[in-house]
Amino acid sequence: MKKVIMGNHALSYGAMLARAQVIAAYPITPQTQVVELLSEMCADGTLDAKFIKVESEHSAMAACIGASAAGARTFTATSSQGLALMHEMLHWAAGGRLPIVMGDINRAMAPGWTIWTDQNDSLSQRDTGWMQYYCASNQEVVDTVLQAYKVSEALSIPSMVVLDAFALSHTYEVVDIPEAAKVDAYLPPFKPRYRVSPSDPRAFGGLTSPEHYMELRYNLQLDMEKAPALIEKTGREYEKIFGRYLGQVDPYLCDDAEIVLVTSGTAGYTAHVAVDEMREAGYKVGNLRMKVFRPFPFEEVRKYTARAKKIAVVDRNISYGHHGIFSQELKSAIYGHGDCKPVFGFIAGLGGRDITPSSFREVVDTTISLDHPAGEIGWIGVKK
Amino acid sequence: MSKEKKMKLTLPTEELVGPGNLACQGCGANLALRYLLKALGKKTVLCIPACCWAVIDGPFPHSCMGVPIYHCAFETAASTATGVKAGLEMTGDAETTVVAWAGDGGTFDIGLQALSGAAERNDDIIYVCYDNEAYMNTGIQRSSATPMGAWTTTTPVKFFKDEPKKDIDAIMAAHRIPYQATASIAYPEDVYKKALKAKGIKGTRFLHIYAPCPTGWKSRPEDAVKLGRMVVQNCIFPLFEVEHGETYKLTMKPSTKKPIDDYLKLQGRFRHLKPETIKIMQEAVDHEWARLLKLCENR
Amino acid sequence: MPKKRDAAKVTFTSATEMPTMPMSLGSMLWNKTGTWRNIRPEIKLEDCIQCGICWKFCPDMSIEIEDEWPVVDYDFCKGCGICAEECPTKCIAMVEERR
Repeated sequence: MKKVIMGNHALSYGAMLARAQVIAAYPITPQTQVVELLSEMCADGTLDAKFIKVESEHSAMAACIGASAAGARTFTATSSQGLALMHEMLHWAAGGRLPIVMGDINRAMAPGWTIWTDQNDSLSQRDTGWMQYYCASNQEVVDTVLQAYKVSEALSIPSMVVLDAFALSHTYEVVDIPEAAKVDAYLPPFKPRYRVSPSDPRAFGGLTSPEHYMELRYNLQLDMEKAPALIEKTGREYEKIFGRYLGQVDPYLCDDAEIVLVTSGTAGYTAHVAVDEMREAGYKVGNLRMKVFRPFPFEEVRKYTARAKKIAVVDRNISYGHHGIFSQELKSAIYGHGDCKPVFGFIAGLGGRDITPSSFREVVDTTISLDHPAGEIGWIGVKK
Repeated sequence: MSKEKKMKLTLPTEELVGPGNLACQGCGANLALRYLLKALGKKTVLCIPACCWAVIDGPFPHSCMGVPIYHCAFETAASTATGVKAGLEMTGDAETTVVAWAGDGGTFDIGLQALSGAAERNDDIIYVCYDNEAYMNTGIQRSSATPMGAWTTTTPVKFFKDEPKKDIDAIMAAHRIPYQATASIAYPEDVYKKALKAKGIKGTRFLHIYAPCPTGWKSRPEDAVKLGRMVVQNCIFPLFEVEHGETYKLTMKPSTKKPIDDYLKLQGRFRHLKPETIKIMQEAVDHEWARLLKLCENR
Repeated sequence: MPKKRDAAKVTFTSATEMPTMPMSLGSMLWNKTGTWRNIRPEIKLEDCIQCGICWKFCPDMSIEIEDEWPVVDYDFCKGCGICAEECPTKCIAMVEERR
């Protein structure tokens, strides 16, 4: 059924269709609509779930951990400061092997106070063991939440579905809401192998010595490495049922591109528009929109940049003292694979500054004009 | 030796805490959980944050317990328990009692926000604080539950703890939760009775159990139960119940209120105290006791 | 004699043997905390009035009841001395552990 909904509500619909059983959330701009709609759905019976109105995001994740450990399908959503406050608990959820799904609205970190978008909040969590999906349309958000549950529950690894603040969270788009019966066939109820239960009393997460810790974490990595194949498999399954394929990347005209742009989030769709414009003007450019960031899609990235002469990564984030995070990770992915082509790293759109097709024009012009990047970072749109 | 005579046992014999655990000799916390679980039974889940009991149950992959434990982050005993309860109910188990089992540090200090949140929502959990009056698991550092006058590793003798013990019971009463009580390991039948009563009530229930720590208090292990008795008899740690933050009931009134000196003498953590300081401490105890008596009268 | 409480310590030779979630797979009965003590309780049953106090106050569940009489489980008794201290007839002596 087609509805015109905002990105935040797409998350709510995803959680509702997934039949989340316990939701624990705390409000933060610009996530509030996610939990408000879920609250209404719980109140009017559309969703049979317990909604715990916790007193902070740290408690939100702790409650999700408790509920998931007890065997319930859980959901929460947050942004920026809230995600940062949850940081300790993100490690706990991943190390505890709990398949929690969380919506994160990418919002820049304070100070100064800001409600607008960039990716530092979620990317700061990239080492915690959570899977990360970056969405660029509301349709993708609903679909990805469902896939995320399927993959998370198969691997016992939590995941976050990420949306740009305002650019996606508050943008209204036409979304084909999947039919509940079909979703139930795609995503059956959560049946954990082990759960907190008096009938099988165990201690979870006890003191772990150097004798054992490393193997537990080795196993987490091994399971994370199974994700790319599983995302592919579940993405094709989804396509069979709903007509929309959910992959790790969204490549556009990369095969014959001399310059491949690497992008993510809504900027990734803007890049798509920019590529069309530039192709008309005679540039041989392509766009590789990265959707899955964790686990890093090494194969896809290598495949779609293999034929390019140059790569231009546009990051809406920065790791201070280094450079853009997608750029760092891409370089590490292609290092030692194929020919050593120049990777131009650009940073744009921090704190919600607009990224437009002309931003990409500037990126491409700069990339063409130099054999090698002038410095580590090409700053776009900064009043220097 | 009469073979017909039976043992007079005042508590059920089933043990849900097993031996071979890592508690110190004479550990009050071991006794506290033992008594609690005799009342709550097998259909119980414990959420345990960082505290002595995070370690006592034994290293991965072992557990000394006959009930499940979910080890959780320091601040999250109450929030994890809330989540576990919700998760169990949504997966068809409305019977299992969910308990947050935390030390004083994880209750009075770092865990206070989550506890307050759960209490305000009246989440259906039993929160039990076993109080050994310092951060014992990390090496005897001071918490807001450390009594005035005590030495700890962060309140050395020259700068012993100057502030009074935080009144956690008043804080919980302010939340108007359906039931809360104080208890001491020296009175196991009382712990049992209060735990059983808590089990039969819905909503947030809070038990504050006094658990002597020979290691941290520098007292003899064999004195642990005696200290638990003296602290009630001298009214430092009175035994009472509160319902809905309104109705206070004393559950044990000492026949004679003993001075605190003998209690202090048994603990190395108070060895440095001068008579002037002990006098101030005694006055504070008297004041708090009078205050409690007044609350108990106002019905 | 009460049934000897024992269990094997759980060990792993490979990551493939480990549980996915960090969770316990066995009890602590392999850990004989009796080795901790310097002094051991000895109950003089002639003076015992079967009040149950020693059983009640043992922090380590190391006094068991067999045929209505208290019996110390020396595998686990840590020698804290609470039983001797609390015994109303003082029929429990803490004697130096012999090894």
